[in-house]
Amino acid sequence: MIVADRKPLQEILEYIKDYKKIMLMGCGGCVTVCFSGGAKAVELLASQIKMARKEQGNDIEIIECTPTRQCEYEFLEELKKDVESVEAVLSIACGVGVQAMAVHFPEMHTVPGLNTKFMGYPVEHALWEEKCAGCGDCVLEWTGGLCPISRCAKKLLNGPCGGSADGVCEVNKDNECVWQLIYDRLKKLGKLENLNQVRKPKDWRTSTNAGQRRIKFEEAML
Amino acid sequence: MKSGSKLEKVLTAGKFAITAELGPPQNANPEAIKKKAQHCLGVAEAVNITDNQTAIVRMSSIAAAAIAVSCGLEPVAQMVCRDRNRIAMQSDLLGAAALGIKNILCLSGDHQSFGNHPEAKNVYCLDSMQLISMVKQMRDEKTFISGDPIKEYEPKFFIGAVANPFADPFEFRVVRLAKKIQAGADFIQTQCIFDLDKFEKWMELVVKEGLHKKVYIMAGITPIRSSRALKYMKTEVAGMSIPDELIERMDAAEDPKEEGVNIACEMIERIKKIEGVSGLHLMPIGWESITPVILERTGLLPRPEVD
Repeated sequence: MIVADRKPLQEILEYIKDYKKIMLMGCGGCVTVCFSGGAKAVELLASQIKMARKEQGNDIEIIECTPTRQCEYEFLEELKKDVESVEAVLSIACGVGVQAMAVHFPEMHTVPGLNTKFMGYPVEHALWEEKCAGCGDCVLEWTGGLCPISRCAKKLLNGPCGGSADGVCEVNKDNECVWQLIYDRLKKLGKLENLNQVRKPKDWRTSTNAGQRRIKFEEAML
Repeated sequence: MKSGSKLEKVLTAGKFAITAELGPPQNANPEAIKKKAQHCLGVAEAVNITDNQTAIVRMSSIAAAAIAVSCGLEPVAQMVCRDRNRIAMQSDLLGAAALGIKNILCLSGDHQSFGNHPEAKNVYCLDSMQLISMVKQMRDEKTFISGDPIKEYEPKFFIGAVANPFADPFEFRVVRLAKKIQAGADFIQTQCIFDLDKFEKWMELVVKEGLHKKVYIMAGITPIRSSRALKYMKTEVAGMSIPDELIERMDAAEDPKEEGVNIACEMIERIKKIEGVSGLHLMPIGWESITPVILERTGLLPRPEVD
């Protein structure tokens, strides 16, 4: 899932300072699961904004809504009438949702209320960790299902580097060294020989080097 | 000869080789290199010129290495994977060879979060293993990493790599060394050694695998001036092993500098007896003037003559 984090309230207030009536739009997808952009987050942020604006003697009207997914036009279309009744939309979906809004309603000023962080999952309650960088050429088969591209600070394919100590990454002590984990996992699987050969340089063309990537699913074309 | 460098000649002649380290200045002053170079002339076969070590911006390692060449010193230009993609790296390798540089040391590089530009984006288009392999490909196959031919004047480097016997997982460290040899490393410089027992254990495994016959291993030595420096390394630098008795010995010393030199000399004497070690790499961080003193005391001066 996509994991995102709320922007500071001051930054959000600055974005919408010129508007008297806005829509605060959440998303029922990933950001609901990670608490940053679901219906509850919409309700909380709306009340924070209203309170702050009231203190400034500059009241604001907010229409709250949380479509099933902000990243699909059909869910946005249902909200057309409300969207057209406001001066701006504050979106607390991930960056994908914000862009879907901006493209679907090109006349509307849509601003982000979240910082989109990564693809990951909750490793324990309320704690998410990054697990995939979307590099476009998955290596998990030979790494024992653990990703060095997203989880190693140097994206090493022939790790671990000399800074791996006691299972911890020298760059961020909160992180386990993924190469230590890969080693341990392959040892358990009896596949340590996966690490014996020099892994060739990665072809970064499948990654974000040529701008926007596209996938066409021919079988589903109408 | 792969490169014809003096370091290669001394090592292939089976002589115990010495390399030292020279950090370029944090400005554009060539005199800083020339001054430090004087400490190294006649003391070491070659001198490592670091590449923005600890991710602090300094004069380019290749530019500084070219200045070292002009002083009559043989450089080992360091190249890290942090700051350049494969295009820039190959371009710099061609430039380095054109400037008379014959030894290259390939490293991943310290992460930018440790330096003075933590906001920077890192590159790691290649990792250190792949960099070694690319330098070898350019030299031996006369092709770029893309497969395109290098039309004459291919860069001929004596290829160095590093090894840290003290990082984890310990049992993988020998495999990693074997991979660096497989990639094309001609010589290895180790992380600075304080825990000799652990280094000896690692070397035993290296010899057991016969790796010492495939690559020249140079043991890293850093003379220390205070117990504070040791304590700092123990707690702050990942992948270092520092025995407590060494700290106690430095704490108890009346003259810590002299004791630091004593320790370095004792370690060198022990290292000389370890099977499979082909030389020393001295990293006297900010204490370059001590290098000749230590080498003199351990009978490693004058340096051997090679043609």
